[in-house]
Amino acid sequence: MPITEADIEKIAQLAHLDITADERRMFAPQISEIVTYVEQLDAVDTSTVEPALGGLTPEGERTESSRPDELQPSLGQKLALDQAPDPAAGHFRVPRVLA
Amino acid sequence: MSTTQSVLDLQNRIARGDTTARGAVQTALDAAEKLNNTLNAFLEIDREGALLRADSIDIEPDKSSMPMAGIPIAIKDNICVRGMQTSCGSRILGRYHPPYNATVIDRLLHAGAVVVGKTNCDEFAMGSSNENSAFGPVKNPWDTSRVPGGSSGGSAAAVAAGIIPVALGSDTGGSVRQPAALCGVIGLKPTYGRISRYGLVAFGSSLDQVGVFARQAADAAVVLQTIAGRDPHDATTADVPVMNYIGETAKTLDGVRLGVARSLMGEGLDDEVRDAIEKAIDAYKGLGAEIVEVDLPHAKYAIAVYYIIATAEASSNLARYDGVRYGFRAEDAPGLRDMYRKTRDEGFGPEVKRRIMLGTYVLSAGYYDAYYLKAQKVRTLLRQDFMKAFEKCDAILTPTTPTPAFKFGEKVDDPLAMYLNDIYTVTANLAGVPGISVPCGLSSERLPIGMQLLGPFWGEGTLLRLAHQYQSAQPFSELPAVHA
Repeated sequence: MPITEADIEKIAQLAHLDITADERRMFAPQISEIVTYVEQLDAVDTSTVEPALGGLTPEGERTESSRPDELQPSLGQKLALDQAPDPAAGHFRVPRVLA
Repeated sequence: MSTTQSVLDLQNRIARGDTTARGAVQTALDAAEKLNNTLNAFLEIDREGALLRADSIDIEPDKSSMPMAGIPIAIKDNICVRGMQTSCGSRILGRYHPPYNATVIDRLLHAGAVVVGKTNCDEFAMGSSNENSAFGPVKNPWDTSRVPGGSSGGSAAAVAAGIIPVALGSDTGGSVRQPAALCGVIGLKPTYGRISRYGLVAFGSSLDQVGVFARQAADAAVVLQTIAGRDPHDATTADVPVMNYIGETAKTLDGVRLGVARSLMGEGLDDEVRDAIEKAIDAYKGLGAEIVEVDLPHAKYAIAVYYIIATAEASSNLARYDGVRYGFRAEDAPGLRDMYRKTRDEGFGPEVKRRIMLGTYVLSAGYYDAYYLKAQKVRTLLRQDFMKAFEKCDAILTPTTPTPAFKFGEKVDDPLAMYLNDIYTVTANLAGVPGISVPCGLSSERLPIGMQLLGPFWGEGTLLRLAHQYQSAQPFSELPAVHA
């Protein structure tokens, strides 16, 4: 399916990407070509096939991965905030949310 | 002392007192620093930390429980090592320093290994040439005008150049095996669930595995044995016993059935690669393996399936880079939403944006069934192909890549051509099976050629055995143009 620059803009909005006009012009034909390529899957009959979601092996599926719901040590506030671009008063500070 | 020694040699030399952990680590650090201007393989070299750690191993009175005591190792810069950076080759993480170790790092440290540095890679492990690193590409030690492969190009180049005997990478669609082939080293991607991904930065969660680079298959066995196994921090690790991989390598190949899928070796395969693979098949016959024909009828759809599933998962995983909790934040954004968009625009490179957008598109309302669900169904068919093939054989031999290393710039403007380079490797990630790339010759231009061996679930022992027996019979002793 052809992907237009308007489609690219819409996808970029959904993906929280502020792309430039140059990027739109570059991505539209490239993503179009890739989408056209992947559409060859339409030729495969999958009417009776279950999707392979998750990718686990049978042994992986059988592995018990839950644990008792008990408190365990965590990073703590200081370490968790250590790499934040704008920490303030024990929180992650962000620009205003409402206009 | 040469750094081109194996882990096993180095272990013996340290045990005998011929060298020390400090000596081994210092040699690796010297080589890493000396060659980095040429190769750009390392994004961080931790001389001080590595020497301190080496000294602490040297004074350890009992090293019997440390199978990697004093062995220098390099780690791809998308695996968390406390005290060092984890940039993922991206501006959006930059000099981010994780506050914890990945499980694989804890296990390596427990075994006595010494991390000497973090290696360069394509941004967020997305790429087959290393040209997508925000910090400049790694150069191929065999020919610095050519790509080392990707995305774990730094780890592959560092092992190929003899800086360190072993390194870790990650493999989502071939990112360990493909650079291993292009740089002339061993690259192992284990079964999905064999190695913990706790502390590996996520790209495609149903595909990602940590992988191992080595020059010798036996060294890859040592590392795999050290890091494999169930980890409560990663729910996808399976409760499957870790076998004695080192012991497995010593077994002969008598009675091993090796599958060959000639239907995959048609269009697009370089003649020299094809010849090298045919010679490898003959070598295996000579080693006692029985060659059987197998067919993987859905493998021709693997690239299409992969670039839907991998990008869908990536678009979701990379949503976390929003400038709030860590990493880069764009300046002068008036509101929260503007800040997200500006941060991600300035922080991500073109390939990452392309994949996030493709993934967002295939998951978007109205298209999910046509693309994502369809791809997951064809993935089931591909897995069934492998299950059927492994009823007839113990491993399957293919090329690792269609061609030897290509030149920088050759495919950078043509994403689809770049993706097709992964044609032989993505199948293992989609099926969840293990794969290993083994050097099997040099082209007329002195560029390495790799063969790939694929095994059934948990078949790493057989793959390492096939690799080791081949290396013993056909030693690959050539050195790259740039080496320690």
